[in-house]
Amino acid sequence: MSKSIGLTVNGMLHEVAATSDTPLIYVLRNDLNLKGNRFGCGEGVCGCCTVLLDGHAVQSCSTPLAAAEGKTVTTIEGIGSDAAPHPLQQAFIEEQAGQCGYCLPGFIMGAVALLQRNPAPSDAEIATELDLHLCRCGAYDRIRRAIRRASQQMAETRERMA
Amino acid sequence: MTLPPSLANNRRLDRWVAIGPNGTLDVRTGKVEIGQGIVSALAQIAAEELDVDYARIRMIAADTVRSPNEGVTAGSTSTSQSGGALRQACAEVRLAFLEAAAQRLGANLDELTVRDGTISRRASNESLTYWELRDDVDLTREADGRASPKRPDQLTLVGKPLPRLDLPDKVMGKGVYVHDLDLPGMLHGRVVRPPSYRAEIETFDATKAQAMPGVRAVVRNGRFIGVVAGREEQAVAAAAVLAKSVTWREAADLPDVETMPEYLRALPSRTQVLSETGDMTHPSAGTVQAVYSRPFLAHASVGPPCAVARARDGTIEVWSQSQSIHPTRKDIAATLGIAPDAVVIHHVQGAGCYGHNGADDAALDAVLLAREVEGHPVRLQWSHEDNLSWSPYGPAMVVAMEGATDESGRIAAWRHELWSNPHIARPGLQDSPSLLAAWHIDPPFAQPPGIDALPGGKPASQRNALPLYNFVNQSVVHHVLDRLPIRTGTLRAIGAFLNTFAIECFMDELANSASLDPVELRLRHLSDARAIAVIKAARDRAGLHAGRVRDGSRGMGIGFARYSNEASYAAVVAEVEAGETIRVVRVVAAVDCGRAINPDGVANQVEGGVVQAMSFAMKEMVQFDRTRIASRSWDTYPILRFGEAPAVETIVIDRPDQPSLGVGEAAAGPTAAAIANAVFDALGVRVRDLPMTPDRVLAAIHRL
Ligand code: FES
Ligand code: FES
Repeated sequence: MSKSIGLTVNGMLHEVAATSDTPLIYVLRNDLNLKGNRFGCGEGVCGCCTVLLDGHAVQSCSTPLAAAEGKTVTTIEGIGSDAAPHPLQQAFIEEQAGQCGYCLPGFIMGAVALLQRNPAPSDAEIATELDLHLCRCGAYDRIRRAIRRASQQMAETRERMA
Repeated sequence: MTLPPSLANNRRLDRWVAIGPNGTLDVRTGKVEIGQGIVSALAQIAAEELDVDYARIRMIAADTVRSPNEGVTAGSTSTSQSGGALRQACAEVRLAFLEAAAQRLGANLDELTVRDGTISRRASNESLTYWELRDDVDLTREADGRASPKRPDQLTLVGKPLPRLDLPDKVMGKGVYVHDLDLPGMLHGRVVRPPSYRAEIETFDATKAQAMPGVRAVVRNGRFIGVVAGREEQAVAAAAVLAKSVTWREAADLPDVETMPEYLRALPSRTQVLSETGDMTHPSAGTVQAVYSRPFLAHASVGPPCAVARARDGTIEVWSQSQSIHPTRKDIAATLGIAPDAVVIHHVQGAGCYGHNGADDAALDAVLLAREVEGHPVRLQWSHEDNLSWSPYGPAMVVAMEGATDESGRIAAWRHELWSNPHIARPGLQDSPSLLAAWHIDPPFAQPPGIDALPGGKPASQRNALPLYNFVNQSVVHHVLDRLPIRTGTLRAIGAFLNTFAIECFMDELANSASLDPVELRLRHLSDARAIAVIKAARDRAGLHAGRVRDGSRGMGIGFARYSNEASYAAVVAEVEAGETIRVVRVVAAVDCGRAINPDGVANQVEGGVVQAMSFAMKEMVQFDRTRIASRSWDTYPILRFGEAPAVETIVIDRPDQPSLGVGEAAAGPTAAAIANAVFDALGVRVRDLPMTPDRVLAAIHRL
């Protein structure tokens, strides 16, 4: 019944013994101990559990394990570390964006996907692209500022490198 | 010197401060982090009074064993209560170390200074650190009031916008929430709730669920039904099967959601007069009347309630996001019929908490499941659906206003009538446990009726019913209702939300009826300089001036209150754009919270409070039919979304010489009123029953 399924998470290949219809969120949180992937609604409509699947933002609560088989998953734990945070993580701290913080990893992963496609989004584009994501604490404006700040910093870095 | 109340109740200094290893200091408080940044603000106060770097402070999560018992983290009182206690406790600890150093060095106290935990003697090069002196100082002694906290002019950290201590871990995705606990041998639990409040089981068959993969226990106790499994998805799947294996007998015993205001006003009530001054018998000509209401509102945290519990050798250990670990312990023990000492609760953060939500209920749920698998920790998480439909709601309320202005442009009569049930249903306060599962087990405990005030406190529903304005002739009355057929509890700003909404809308209605400037009318009836200052600050920043040019689609409005008439002052100006829908395009909020411990923390709280109040005011309403709660998803209980949230400009009027006041709830009522007043300014229509949905605004336009 449950064979083991292989998937690459944050650059590491894992074999997990779970049924293929298991929502990815439980595998990431409980088998791989990646707790940054927060459970909100379980219905794909709040954004808390957002991860990247082959670079695209998906909701891990409504992605079955089978859909991730053989693919590359990136979670909040895979984009930066305490010593070298991702520019978005750094910007969220600089803007003090968030209150309870529960929604933040989802927003950040959604923003990672957004900035990959559109490195300089307008405020309206940020809001439209991340419309799925809910923040009950009402930190939306700081979140928007943090995404803008990260986008600028990443542009400066690209310029320096060029 | 008399000690701050919270310290007087928890006098031992080691309950508050301990010298940690490697140059750190462990600070405990009874208040818990519920998303508001309080723990960082308290760390800032501790670092200030101890004269150590902010980075040296380690805030230890509260538990029922060692932390000071400070009751509940609620009501925007943490900064004033816990902050006041911690300030004094830390000042005493600092003095104790200074005295120990003086003794070792043979110095006088006034020869010594402290900098980042190092005590130096000015004249010589001698110095000692807190950590070197740790064996010289006995912190098990009690606070005695000998030390004085710093004067405003001595503050170096308080008042600075320091970053929050907890944010980096949250942004990095660390496992900081109770949801993230992973204890050895841990199993996963889910509860299957009845479909409606008073549903009774007709048939129940556990065999199918019992046979499912990973299932360790199916629990049925009365109409409390749950399952424990090895893997989380197995518990979820088994709960879904279990839900289909039970049939219920339900009653259509709920009122009509569409006519709640009329329903509330028709309920039997007891009348309590809160204020009766002057002469109300001769209202002047031109009397204005208006009735305002709000529906039941959900906490609607993005993360569901969660708890972990373990039953082992007669003791029960719980990890919970509860705001009230001591009272919750009491009710859990009462439910189980065991001594409170046999239960230990550790606080672990949850998703944002805005009042009495399902956190405490989840703690009991976890305990009931854990008892079936002795020795194994059980992690119990609610579904999102249960979070929306079973958590206590902020109660529906009604306020009827009546008033009149005189020829001199003053308010000659003011009547405020309020209909509300008791708001407080937290654990530990009533004869019977106030925990959901306690009412579902067999034999069930009675659901207690709720209370409206904590012992010695002010009634929750009456918050801000008394206007801060000076009216010669005024009457304020509370029609006290019994419990409602919908489960209720405290929600951010409690009664102040609707009382302030009504007062501040009505000020504009009176101003409009007499062709007066709404801001001017407010200022004319205020003598409190701090109130006047926030109103003027918000008005000036926003450009809310009489005779400003209008473009026909935009409107501006103001709302003001001093929360609870004793906490922070807040004036909010909203600007709306009325097209196909109503968009709030700009919000300016001016607040005065006395000494602002952390101005950026204050701004963050105010911004969040404004956005949440916008959501309450424009979108939210718990839906139900005559039998069941129908708000069970983000579709049926929409909240404000990213694209709808405006930028909030916050002006913090710092008053370093005034006591710090709680700020979390201050902007709620003023925001709702500012939006309603702005809608009126733009369109000339007024929606008095919240939420101000596009449909309701349209209906009001058609009534014109
Ligand atoms: S938890 Fe996955 S979208 Fe809400
Ligand atoms: S910070 Fe609490 S939900 Fe966004």
